Parts: sequence; structure tokens; C-alpha cells
Amino acid sequence: MSDELLRMTGIVKEFPGVRALDGVDLDVRRGEVHCLLGQNGAGKSTLIRVLTGAHQPDAGTIHVNDQLVSLNSPTDSMRLGIAAIYQELDLVPDLTVAENVFLGHEPARFGLTRRHEANTKARELLRGLGHGEIPPGRTVGLLSAAGQQVVSMARALSREAQLIVMDEPSAVLDSEEVDNLFRVIRDLTSRGVAVVYISHRLEEIRQIGDRVTVLKDGATVATGLDARQTPTSELIRLMTGRSIEYVFPPRQELPADAPVVLEVENLSRPREFADISFAVRAGEIVGLAGLVGSGRSEILETVYGARRAATGVVRVDGKLLRAGRVQESVKAGVGLAPEERKSQALLLDEAVYKNITVSSMGRFASGGFLNARAEKEAAEELTKALDVRPAGVEHPVRNLSGGNQQKVVLARWLLRDCRVLLLDEPTRGVDVGARSEIYGLVRKLADNGVAIVLVSSEVEEVLGLADRVVVMREGRAVHTGPAQDIDEHRVLDLVMEGSAV
Amino acid sequence: MSEEVARPQATQDQPQDVPTPSGQAMIEVDPTETAPRNGRSGGDGGGGNVVVNLLKSGAGRNVGLVIALVLLCIVGVATAGDRFASTANVLTILRLAAVIGVVSIGMTFVITGGGIDLSVGAMVALASVWATTLATQQLATDYHWIFMVSTALLVGAACGLVNGLLIAYGKIVPFIATLAMLAGARGLAEILADRKTQIISVNSFVDFFGGSLIGIPVLVWMFVLVAAAGWVLLNRTTFGRRTFAVGGNAEAARLAGIKVQRHTVALYVLCGLCCGIAAVMLMARTTTGSATHGQLYELDAIAAVVIGGTLLSGGRGTIVGTVFGVLIFTTLNNVFTLNNLSISAQSVAKGLIIVIAVLLQQRLAARAP
Repeated sequence: MSDELLRMTGIVKEFPGVRALDGVDLDVRRGEVHCLLGQNGAGKSTLIRVLTGAHQPDAGTIHVNDQLVSLNSPTDSMRLGIAAIYQELDLVPDLTVAENVFLGHEPARFGLTRRHEANTKARELLRGLGHGEIPPGRTVGLLSAAGQQVVSMARALSREAQLIVMDEPSAVLDSEEVDNLFRVIRDLTSRGVAVVYISHRLEEIRQIGDRVTVLKDGATVATGLDARQTPTSELIRLMTGRSIEYVFPPRQELPADAPVVLEVENLSRPREFADISFAVRAGEIVGLAGLVGSGRSEILETVYGARRAATGVVRVDGKLLRAGRVQESVKAGVGLAPEERKSQALLLDEAVYKNITVSSMGRFASGGFLNARAEKEAAEELTKALDVRPAGVEHPVRNLSGGNQQKVVLARWLLRDCRVLLLDEPTRGVDVGARSEIYGLVRKLADNGVAIVLVSSEVEEVLGLADRVVVMREGRAVHTGPAQDIDEHRVLDLVMEGSAV
Repeated sequence: MSEEVARPQATQDQPQDVPTPSGQAMIEVDPTETAPRNGRSGGDGGGGNVVVNLLKSGAGRNVGLVIALVLLCIVGVATAGDRFASTANVLTILRLAAVIGVVSIGMTFVITGGGIDLSVGAMVALASVWATTLATQQLATDYHWIFMVSTALLVGAACGLVNGLLIAYGKIVPFIATLAMLAGARGLAEILADRKTQIISVNSFVDFFGGSLIGIPVLVWMFVLVAAAGWVLLNRTTFGRRTFAVGGNAEAARLAGIKVQRHTVALYVLCGLCCGIAAVMLMARTTTGSATHGQLYELDAIAAVVIGGTLLSGGRGTIVGTVFGVLIFTTLNNVFTLNNLSISAQSVAKGLIIVIAVLLQQRLAARAP
């Protein structure tokens, strides 16, 4: 038997409009820590989902222990000894530690669970992980994040996992807990268990990793790199740069007298972000760059009033907006295109025109009665201007592609003639061709005098589209300046804790 | 050891923003437009799709309900003959349908808005008792029966207001908040009535609401008016549009600037108001106010709303469907009663109808993209 545990070759996974994985190769050996590196959207999460049987690949082969397998369900993966510990821990908070560890394969006799046996076994597993102090009878919801992670690991081991995928396990831990995590990982690998480790923190990869695979745009760009020897600049070079050149519209020189429209001062929310200040002038696009979880989306939602700021103020045209009041923001001319288009912005089963007019219904109503014809005419005009396809305003929004749905959201705020537009991941789920179109639209809006705040996980998008950028790391702004004066390497370096300096 | 596999990217080959309406266009009415798309989505043959599309369209769902109602009537005529098909019997059915019908209209709004109201029956009881206390009846005798009516409406609306405030601002789930109102309102009604049935002695009230207008009972007219007003409100006003938005996706509605909490309160007040109207109608029909009025109305109303095609999870609702749902259940009761079948048999049939209707609804919903 070779020491190769897993070999994935040419994995392709397509979603409507997006090719999430486009030829991924990955091989993992017994007893190693294999690090997976890539920018947001490079396909790491999708790859894990394929590996754990949650998604089925459209092409490619998977070998486990030199045998060709097909992972059609999470059960298949579990049976082959593949387990995953997700960022959002998938534990049942109201069950006990032992119940969670053995969820789905409880020790039982005649259909009755054997609680004592489960508790004893759970205690052994926890002790093996160096956490004998966690009582198996404790409710999981009462444990710290680190404790819950240990329970997740115990669950993986209870299934005799040979391969454990850890998706940014250190994100929820403080440094002492990270040390303990590493100790546990070393203990696991010494027993021959392989770990696929995903992290954005390069110094962790140096510390714990054996080999590195780098993903970019859904494909493997390098595999089997030495985790300790490969220079950081080389890793960042592999992760950045794009084979697809997006066309960004040219920037316009801001008139010197362009008024400041949006002012944000010392905005804070505990555990999300602190001391954020920036100003956006009419016609300007300000981009927020940073990793998922760095507080970008939370800032937008707080500016919009969907979250209540703990401290700090937001002003539009010099007028103070009271914290936590969406209606006040909307009235002041602020619009938000939220991150989760489907769950936060759209009424999927409703017609296009209803989705467009939902924020300005008053304009089409007299005495509470809606004039549907006027609504449709206004929506028609906008969808034509934005080239929403298929044409027509009576289809349910559900039938539109991602890019066209995003245009519908933009049209909603255009109809209100808004002064400030907050765009959260405006091109998520939008296919490549439609992206430049969205970029063009956003720039055109700015040229018409709208102040725009843009959040995107894709550094290139922020740098290409925005006039100025604010780089975020763990809830703080670590750099603010013109977009032309900073490049992708520098931004990545900043958000990954300066490890490349 | 570190071999590098740099792959050229193939992503450029991706199609340029092809508009892909991913599923069958089920709401479109224009057959010329739907036809090519259905072909594209594959799956069913053309003939099957026509039927499915029809059933899924608003009118089509109602066609199903009409067929069910017609079938029931055929059974009624076949088993009970003239006793079923007489004008008097039809008016009886309509008069019985009217009270629960008005309640169901209110329930349609609450359910479309993503909620549920279990307290409708209790609110009817409380409103009927409060509007028939000696003091209120005295006022009505001295001045005008309008005092009884406005008392009932106010009591209903006030209960609805409490429901709405608890749900929207107290963040209590609708099921629990209205369950509490169910217990509380009926209990309060019993205390007020001292567990006695209160006879209405205001003749002008009984004469007006118990009477007929152009041969049709006033109660039926009231149901027609409430249903028509409900239809307009749900389908033609900003209030209705917001109801769909709040029920369909509350978060999206909030981020679009809709006052979701205030709207939720309004929906429950509206439902309470409908219960007040229903209480007036029930008082006229029975000439009493009683804490036992409106027993199990919550279940009848929810059943009628759901088989009418309103989505229990909110976001989709139909007044016409609800009216048919009410008529189907009332006719069913009537047919069973005329054939001397027991209440228990009726309940079994009712249960079956609910299950079949919801199963059908889910099948149709599952075909939607």
C-alpha cells in the first residue's frame, strides 16, 4: 500500500453561470498536513464540498486508497473515512458533547441509546485530543468556540476518519488555543491521519503544514510545494494575477468641488469592526477590501442602518442619520445592494417590476392604490437602460441569471435617484461576461454623481473599479489611499497579517 | 519534490452573459412566449406542460377549486336531490359560509404576510360577548345598534393589535402569541358572560342583520363586500404589495425600506377586525352573544385558506382561493348533514381534503424552478 491516501484529478464543478471548479488536482498522503491556499472564490469551499460528498463533480476522478470512488452523499465520504470541520461548526447546540460526537451513529442496543457507553467513549476521545476536562454531559452550546472545535474533531475521530478537512480552524481561536490545535493536529498525523488545512494565515502554514496546493480561479496552479521552504512572494504570486482580464471602465477625474455626500466617522460595533472612518464624494467609488469576516459587509449594513452602530456617526449630505434606522437611510437617499442577493434583496417569485418598485411604491400609488401600468412603464424604461435580459418586466425574478438579478437590484435604487449606493459583492454569482457590464454600470452611476461604496472579496475588482480603497483586517482599517497607488500583492500582504514583509 | 503544475485557464470560453431563464415560465399567460422556454427546460412533454402551467397559474388553481366545488354539488344533488338544490338550501350554505368566510379573509392576510393567527375563534367569542353585555345592549336600544357593531369591531381590532405588538415588537413567534390570545380571549369572554349565553333583545339589530336585501341575506352581502374589499386591498394597493413582500422575504423587505414591524401589526389588526365583523354576523345569525361562539374557527379558517392556494409559509396568497375554500368546506358540511352523516364522518372527509389539496400544491410548487 502506497502512502497516498487521496488523489483527485481534473475535478470540474459547474453551477449555473459559474464554473466553480475547473480542473483541480489534489493528492494527499497519509500522516501529512496538506495546506490548501487560494483567494476568496478560488474554489476551496466547493472542493471541500466535493470531497465530503455534498456536491457531485461534473468531471474528474477521485481515488481513495488507490481505489476509484464516487462520493454521492456525505455518507459515502464518511464511510471512506473523510470528515470535515467547517468554519461554521455543524454541531447541535442543545445536545450534549457525547450526543454530538456520536450523532448519527449512537452506541445503541435494541434501539435504546447507551448513554453511559457514549459518555465513556466520548471522554476517551476527548482525552486523546488533550481535552479530558470537557465533560461529555455538558451542553455543546455552553462551550467556547475552541471547545466546540474539539468536539467536532472528536466526532471526526469517532468515525475513524483517515482524512480530516479543516476549513480555517484558527479563525475562531486565540493564539493559545491555536497552539493546542497544532498539538492535536501533530498528534493526529503521527497516527497516520491526514489533515487538509485551509487558512489565510501564511505563518500558520509555515508552522504546521507539510505541503501546499494553490488554487486560483477554480484550478490547481501549483501542487506539492514545500510548506516551509517556498518563499512567501512565490505563494502570493501564484494566488494572484488572473488569466481573465476584466475590463474596468476608465476613471474620471473628480471635479475639485465635488461635495462630500457620505461621511462615516469612528463607526464601531463590538466584535465586528472598530473606528472606521471614511468619506465619499459625489461621483467617487470607495472600495473596501479584505477577507471574509474582516467586517466589510457589517460596515455597509451599519452605514445603511440595518445594524445599529455602537459608536460613531453616519452623515448623508451633512445630515445625521440615526443609528439602526433603515427607513431614515432610504429617505436620505441611501441604497443597499446586499451580499446575499437572493435572501436579502429579492422577492424571487415576484415579477421583475414589483422588485424594482418595492422601495418607491409611494410614487406609483394614489390613496394607497397602485397604478400597475405606471409601475411597469417605469420598470420597463430602467430594464431597457440596464439591458436586463430576458426583456420584459413580468417574469418572476427567479428566472433571471445572477447578473440580471443584480441589475434588477440596481434598478430599484436607480428608480429612487439615490445619492449613496452601497454595493456588497455586486458580482457574486455573476458570470464572467456580465461582470464588465456591471462594472460599466457602476462607473456610470458614479459619473452621474452618486457616491458609491463597494465591497468585494476580489481584490482585483476593488482595485480596478474603485477610486480609493480601504483595506480591512480583522475589523480595522489598515490602509486607506488611492486605488492606483496600491497593487494586489500589497493588499494581500496587508490582509494576511503582513507576513510577506 | 515540489513539482509545479501550472495549467492554462479555460475560463475564457464561458458564454457571454447568456440570459438563461432556468425554468419553466409558469406565470406567463402568453402561450407563444412560454412554449419555446418549456421546450428548453425539457422534461415534460408539451401536453403535460400545458396542464401543469394552467394549474400553476392563478386562474388554473381556481379552476381546480371550481371543479372540486362542482363535484361536491353533483354529489349533493345525487344524494339529496331537491333538498340540496333548493334556493333555501343554497342560501343556508351561503349564510353559514359567510361568517367563517369573513374570518378566513382576515386569516388570508395574516398567512400571506408570513404569520398565523390561532386566536380568531376566541376573538369572535370575546367580541360577541362584549357587544351583547347588558350595558352595550342598553346603549343600542336607547340610541342605535351601531354601538353594538362598533364594540364588536373595536374589541376584535384591539385583540389583533395586542397580537401584532407581541409578534412584531415582542418577537414572540406568531404561533405562541396567538395561542396565548386564544386562551386569554376566550377566558375573558367567559368571565364577562359569567358562562351564560347572552340573548340579544335589540330588535333593530336583529332585523337589520338578520334580514335580506333583494332576496339575499344581509350576512351574505357582508361576506361579498369583505371579500371584494380584501381582494382589492391585497391585489391593488401598496398595503397588499407590502404584505406579499413581508411574507415572501421579510429581510429583503426590511432592506428595501419597508416598515416590516408596523406592517405586521397592521395585518393582525386587520385579522382582528375581520373577527369583529364575523362576531356581528354570528350574533345576528344566532341572536346571542356567547363565550362558546367561534369554536375551532381557527382550524376551519386555516384549512380554507390553505386549500385555496395561499402558501402557509407566506409570500403567496389568494382571496378568490380562500372564498372557494370556504364554500367547499361549507358545502361539504351541508351535503353530509342532508345525508344524515355524522359530524365525525365530516371531520374525516375534511382531513382528507386538506391533505390532498396540500399534496397537490406541493407537487405543483416542486415543479416550479
